[in-house]
Amino acid sequence: MYKYNDFDEAFVRARVAQFSAQVARRIDGSLTEEEFRPLRLMNGLYLQLHAYMLRVAIPYGTLNSGQMDQLAHIAETYDRGYGHFTTRQNIQYNWPKLPDVPAILSDLADVEMHAIQTSGNTIRNVTADHFAGASADEVADPRPVAELVRQWSTDHPEFQFLPRKFKIAVSGAKADRAVIKAHDIGLYLREQDGEIGAQIIVGGGLGRTPMVGKVLKDFVSLADLLPYLEATVSVWNLLGRRDNKYKARIKITVHEHGIEDIRARVEARFTQVKPLFGGIDMAMLEEIKAAFAPPAFREAATEAYDRAYATDPVFRAWADTNLSAHKAPGYAIATVSIKTPGQTPGDASADQMRVLAQLARDYGHDELRISHEQNVILPHVHKSDLPAIHAALKEAGLAAANIGLVSDIIACPGMDYCALATARSIPVAQGIATRFDELKLEHEIGPLKIKISGCINACGHHHVGHIGILGLDRAGVENYQITLGGDGTEDMVIGERTGPGFAYDEIIPAIERILATYLELREAPEETFLMAYRRLGMAPFKDALYPPKEEKANAA
Amino acid sequence: MPRPFTPKAITANALLEGDVIYLDHSGQWVRDLRQARAFTEAEVAEAALAEAAKDGMVVGAYLTDVKLGEHGPEPTHFREEFRRTGPSNYFHGKQESKEAEAHV
Ligand code: HEM
Ligand code: SF4
Repeated sequence: MYKYNDFDEAFVRARVAQFSAQVARRIDGSLTEEEFRPLRLMNGLYLQLHAYMLRVAIPYGTLNSGQMDQLAHIAETYDRGYGHFTTRQNIQYNWPKLPDVPAILSDLADVEMHAIQTSGNTIRNVTADHFAGASADEVADPRPVAELVRQWSTDHPEFQFLPRKFKIAVSGAKADRAVIKAHDIGLYLREQDGEIGAQIIVGGGLGRTPMVGKVLKDFVSLADLLPYLEATVSVWNLLGRRDNKYKARIKITVHEHGIEDIRARVEARFTQVKPLFGGIDMAMLEEIKAAFAPPAFREAATEAYDRAYATDPVFRAWADTNLSAHKAPGYAIATVSIKTPGQTPGDASADQMRVLAQLARDYGHDELRISHEQNVILPHVHKSDLPAIHAALKEAGLAAANIGLVSDIIACPGMDYCALATARSIPVAQGIATRFDELKLEHEIGPLKIKISGCINACGHHHVGHIGILGLDRAGVENYQITLGGDGTEDMVIGERTGPGFAYDEIIPAIERILATYLELREAPEETFLMAYRRLGMAPFKDALYPPKEEKANAA
Repeated sequence: MPRPFTPKAITANALLEGDVIYLDHSGQWVRDLRQARAFTEAEVAEAALAEAAKDGMVVGAYLTDVKLGEHGPEPTHFREEFRRTGPSNYFHGKQESKEAEAHV
């Protein structure tokens, strides 16, 4: 894992000291809220419905056990004993008090963490494939590139007052697990003629105007990557619509100017910027790469795993849904579900965090990952250790065997916490998960991604859910719109609206009707919901959701 | 035609805890909506808001619609219902301190 050097350490400590002084000046009245607000947002501190919220970055989703332990310590000492893992590989604390925030930031700095640029019109926390460095389908580990981008973008003097927030994600695998095409810039690492480089995707985004990112350049060598990114962000920094915050994201700039025009401007800017880098970026990348060398994988027999798999059906069910193929022989990637049906998606208690940290120490080469799907991953575990890991997870209430299934729902905080929300999302997720758990239909239904947002900002990625749910306020009551057929992979598709929305107490039955229709019409169990939707189109689902009036009358 | 003025309370978040607060009859900030002052005249409400917003220990003061219930002002919109209660996924926030009060 990347270790802070003296520069990083000094920078983060200096920022803690600055912000501590700013908090003190706000409390003693020397700073007004107007003056303080941009300062707190630069340090990830929001004011939400019931309390402050502190958003802590987990760069490219990678943590070690010491960091996870510290997150648990913070949850217990300054918050309500839990944290919320988000779709942007951050952790949010929902109840910090303003006078405690400097101490929290200082505790974070002790383990090389911070909340810098997790908010505001800056380049935000760089996200990456949560299976980075582990997955069998990887071309290159995205984390060195993500770390390079993080260093370049942190406190970048030209990019502290951008037209709007800017999000970058990196994937180095064949399958896109990082929703690359929904980012302002997405990077797909690729190999070409024996050289690693990146395909650059630009102008993706969700929010009120969802757009699928477009290819800006098919291949940029790593040597040209930072200058190319700098050129792209600087072109947008000048062109971006500062007059209208709903049109300020780069997706709108690309849409309004056209990708060719943007490409030409970026190329021109690139030739100006490139000489300024002078190779220092590549020297840094080499250093960073060394920090991400793979752990010393163990060679051992997998009998313990095979035995448990053959004899313990609960273990087998978990192994079938929660494990993924690892690149090292005898190893697996274990996804720990933070979606036990009935619980708040993405919330882990301090005790659970400590269990995860201990498992990473004991069995996982000290590594943990946070996925954009709000789960925690043990990226490198030897199969022979899986029965012991599973037993420990069971004890901690973390052994739900539901990854990729109905109850593995992404949900944003919604009206339960978020000041921008128009409706709740957490209880809808809880309700759906609990209902399908009762029906025991989850495994029958198979792979399915449900994603819920509590307003059009789409923090819960509803546009790219196979089933997306958007909570709105219709004349003072919660109302939920459904979209179908969304897909957040490399073939990204924005879901299509079914029609009028549903009231709070109608939304779970509506989801049930959609899935009953799927089960009835699928050709075989191998045909997933998404495949069936693509074959059948919207019509049968619409019929199930909106029965003709006469039927309604008869039923009544 | 301007819409008739409906009763309003003044609400904000406390600077230190971030907790939801309301302005009462004596111009003090209280934590319980039922103790809030309900304004029935637009000018009086606006003037009180302008004054309240100057308080350095509160953040984001605004006027919110209320209806007059038996025990004092009540919210008219579900957002304000959550603000005066707390989240629905955990028994945290105001609902919890209310419970504590009830046990005193
Ligand atoms: C609770 C405080 C939050 C606030 C105030 C907030 C605010 C926003 C806003 C205003 C947007 C729309 C940006 C635009 O369209 O230009 C947005 C988008 C987004 N947010 Fe949040 N958000 C919050 C929490 C979260 C959480 C908890 C997550 C992760 C679960 C998240 C992840 C995202 C993502 C993925 C998008 C959509 C992608 C994009 O277009 O940027 N946000 N957020
Ligand atoms: S989608 Fe809306 S409600 Fe949900 S977290 Fe984002 S801003 Fe808040």
